[in-house]
Amino acid sequence: MAATSFLGPSAYGYGSTTQYHLLPFRFDRWSNGQVFLANDVGEFLFLPPDTFQAFIDHRLCPEDLQYFDLKAFHFLADDQSSAHLDVLASKYRTKKSFLDGFTKLHIFVTSLRCNQSCPYCQVSRQGAQADPNVYDMRPEVLEHSVRLMLASPAPRVTMEFQGGEAFINFDLLQEGVRLAKKLNVGVGKQIDFVVCTNLTLLEDCHLDWCKSNNVLISTSLDGPAEVHDHNRPMGKGKPSHAVVTRNILRAQDALGKQAVSALMTTTLASLSNGRAIVDEYLRLGLGSIFIRELNPFGFASKSAVAMAYRTDEFIRFYVDMLDYIIAINRAGHTFSEAYASLILTKILTPWPVGFVDLQSPSGAGLGVCVYNYDGDVYASDESRMLAEGGDHAFRLGNVLKDDYESIFFGETMQTIAAAACNEALAGCSECVYQSYCGADPVRRYRTQGDIFGNRAGDAFCQKNISIIKHLLELLHKADDDPDLDRILWAWVRREDINHLRLPT
Amino acid sequence: MIAQNLNLRPHEVSGLTQRTVARITFEPEPHEVRTDYFFALCRDSAPCLADLSGYAAVLVEQGAENVLPKGVAAPVVTGFASLSGYSQDSIAVVNTPTGETRIVYRPESQHNALFATGRCNSNCLMCSQPPKITDDNRIVEEHLRIIDLIKSPPESLGITGGEPTLLGDGLVRILVKLKERFPRTHIQMLTNGRLYAYEDFVRDIASVSHPKFISAIPLYADVASIHDYVVQARGAFDQTITGLYNTAQFGLQTEVRVVLHKQTLPRLLPLMKYIYRNLPFVSHIALMGLENMGYVKKNWECLWVDPLDYMQTLQYAVRYLFYRGMDVSIYNLQLCLLPKALWPFARQSISDFKNIYLEKCGGCLAKKYCSGLFLSSKARHSRGIHPVRIDPEEVLSYFGDCHPG
Repeated sequence: MAATSFLGPSAYGYGSTTQYHLLPFRFDRWSNGQVFLANDVGEFLFLPPDTFQAFIDHRLCPEDLQYFDLKAFHFLADDQSSAHLDVLASKYRTKKSFLDGFTKLHIFVTSLRCNQSCPYCQVSRQGAQADPNVYDMRPEVLEHSVRLMLASPAPRVTMEFQGGEAFINFDLLQEGVRLAKKLNVGVGKQIDFVVCTNLTLLEDCHLDWCKSNNVLISTSLDGPAEVHDHNRPMGKGKPSHAVVTRNILRAQDALGKQAVSALMTTTLASLSNGRAIVDEYLRLGLGSIFIRELNPFGFASKSAVAMAYRTDEFIRFYVDMLDYIIAINRAGHTFSEAYASLILTKILTPWPVGFVDLQSPSGAGLGVCVYNYDGDVYASDESRMLAEGGDHAFRLGNVLKDDYESIFFGETMQTIAAAACNEALAGCSECVYQSYCGADPVRRYRTQGDIFGNRAGDAFCQKNISIIKHLLELLHKADDDPDLDRILWAWVRREDINHLRLPT
Repeated sequence: MIAQNLNLRPHEVSGLTQRTVARITFEPEPHEVRTDYFFALCRDSAPCLADLSGYAAVLVEQGAENVLPKGVAAPVVTGFASLSGYSQDSIAVVNTPTGETRIVYRPESQHNALFATGRCNSNCLMCSQPPKITDDNRIVEEHLRIIDLIKSPPESLGITGGEPTLLGDGLVRILVKLKERFPRTHIQMLTNGRLYAYEDFVRDIASVSHPKFISAIPLYADVASIHDYVVQARGAFDQTITGLYNTAQFGLQTEVRVVLHKQTLPRLLPLMKYIYRNLPFVSHIALMGLENMGYVKKNWECLWVDPLDYMQTLQYAVRYLFYRGMDVSIYNLQLCLLPKALWPFARQSISDFKNIYLEKCGGCLAKKYCSGLFLSSKARHSRGIHPVRIDPEEVLSYFGDCHPG
């Protein structure tokens, strides 16, 4: 028989006084008195101030309840576990694995022409009647761009068509997809296709083509008619809401609801119409809304300035919208907010999030690139918007003149990369919300004239910290509110909230 | 699932020189396969069974000696109280010289397991089958022989012990044989996963690539000191965690098992968090009620918590994993103790041969779906066990038709 006498817990290191080391973490003192701690892999916890002080003074006893938590969450290490740091390394690799495969989102601006004239347009659009020979992508540019996309090491890439209005030159879209499929033979990547369209020119043949090529549709819907028509008029100020909503339903019918998504841009006119905007999305059977603030890009026309608002106004609007959306979910209707879902995924899960607007290293060039109609390659959608305003700071090269190496590893990319990690940016490096946020050198350049930028008074920073803190407060409430917990998790998992309901 | 160690009482042996494994048959078998069979001679066997030559042995029930032909050309083991309870093609091991006989495989059961070894490198406070030093000299060959003797592919087969990985390369040979013979059988191995800390070993196991092989590995806390105390082995937590990572690296499927008791309950929720954040690749998590066997009787005071008193913790833990999309089950706990929210997670987890219901369970309308109790819990069990009065339609809404009846 093996030994049947048992040793007590202390024989296994329980409660033994041992020196511990602090692992890298950041903190913030909240106004409720608690200290919020988070680390590079997104683990977080709250400590009372005196416990926090004891922890950083190395005075915490192994019997203290929080000692185990701090250890299990990788805030401290002692000599009792050799696997401890290996596990942390694995978690870190996993969180950063969105980098695997390098650039995955490849945006093709097949035409700069558009039939709408939205005041907030982020691109200096050309009218529908402008010269296609100048403002549409030429065949050799298209082919070289597709070849560059297929040269990316990523096993799975997204080919996204933007404009202008992409459907204004349907032949180019068809040719782009045909070419990508043809040239992919022997390369063997998985290619997801997306068309960003205002849906005002939709024809049955477009839908047939989307269906037979599994092309997803991403459109813009700013709310009910009074908001949408104000924000997104057709040329000469004519309304577009009726045709857009009719075509959303048509596209859903033809392609399935999952194949059609919509983005919403917030203007001054939106601020007082939050609920009506959400109701409009619900009416159209859209499962999610992406609440975006006005971009500081594009050309600052008088009418665009008239649509603007302060960041704190946007945050209040966003929080109100979120409350309303949660109430809708509580009533049994699955409907998510996309930005919250992305940040919650960063906070709550061990998984990476490949969202190019909010990652570190930044999405620009590393996660996304733009092949412009004229053959120039840009580090991001925002980079080419700057270029349309005359600033080519983030042009990586040209598809006809430069090869893959010089475009993706050239001087411009090196410059961007130097400011691409918020771990190493002043103001971000010590920010406790760092692992839930991202670096955006292009935006900093646009708003502050410097890719590194200054965080004080920075709108990007103010917006993200406010939203992240609000979500953390919601999560704190969810500890005692299983319904709220269920809703937030359904968003993270893109699940039907009713599938996560337990019997009572 | 746990090894069946059904001892039949000692017997008299003649002609059998070494420990022998064979199938049991009640009918005459062709001469060329008789070495694979023990012929079971029962009191009601027809006396016309004149030719009993060539069998691995003839097992004789008490009172059937008179049916046994004189001068039979096969080893004979006598003195079995009754053989009629065993089914055709059950596999038995007869030890020599004692004649002690164990049934190691029953074709009609879904709870068969290879009892890999009695030895273990841990010594858990609540071990239901405490380790013992076994002579493992020929044990691998015996397991290979048992696998060869299983006639039709079982739906599932366990590997248990003791600690099966102590067989080292022998375990790999067993898995190779299982893959060869039963590639579609679910093979679940209960292991503490400590030897999985050795990468080469995990690589060897993974290279067998049995498509339905899963290792069920216990984890008792999110920190080393508590886990190591529960398994009574310093360094075990590190080995098991490293082992789990190795299984993920080499594509071996794993589930994590947690036995719920006084030492594991205080950090059950932190453990769930630890599993989700650090081991999200495990395919299943089983939260298990205590089995009152082995060391549990000895350590009762340091282990027992009435499940009624930890229901809130359990509910929180299960919901935590469920919301995160982790597959979680509750084993060994009775439906009458569980809030309805936990019913969808409760499984009928207790092996058939040690599964009982109490007298008061008779009037329970959820009994058909309940795990019932361990035979060993007959005297000591939760104060909350009671018959559930519930609309049969409502029961169906929790379990549907797919649940084993």
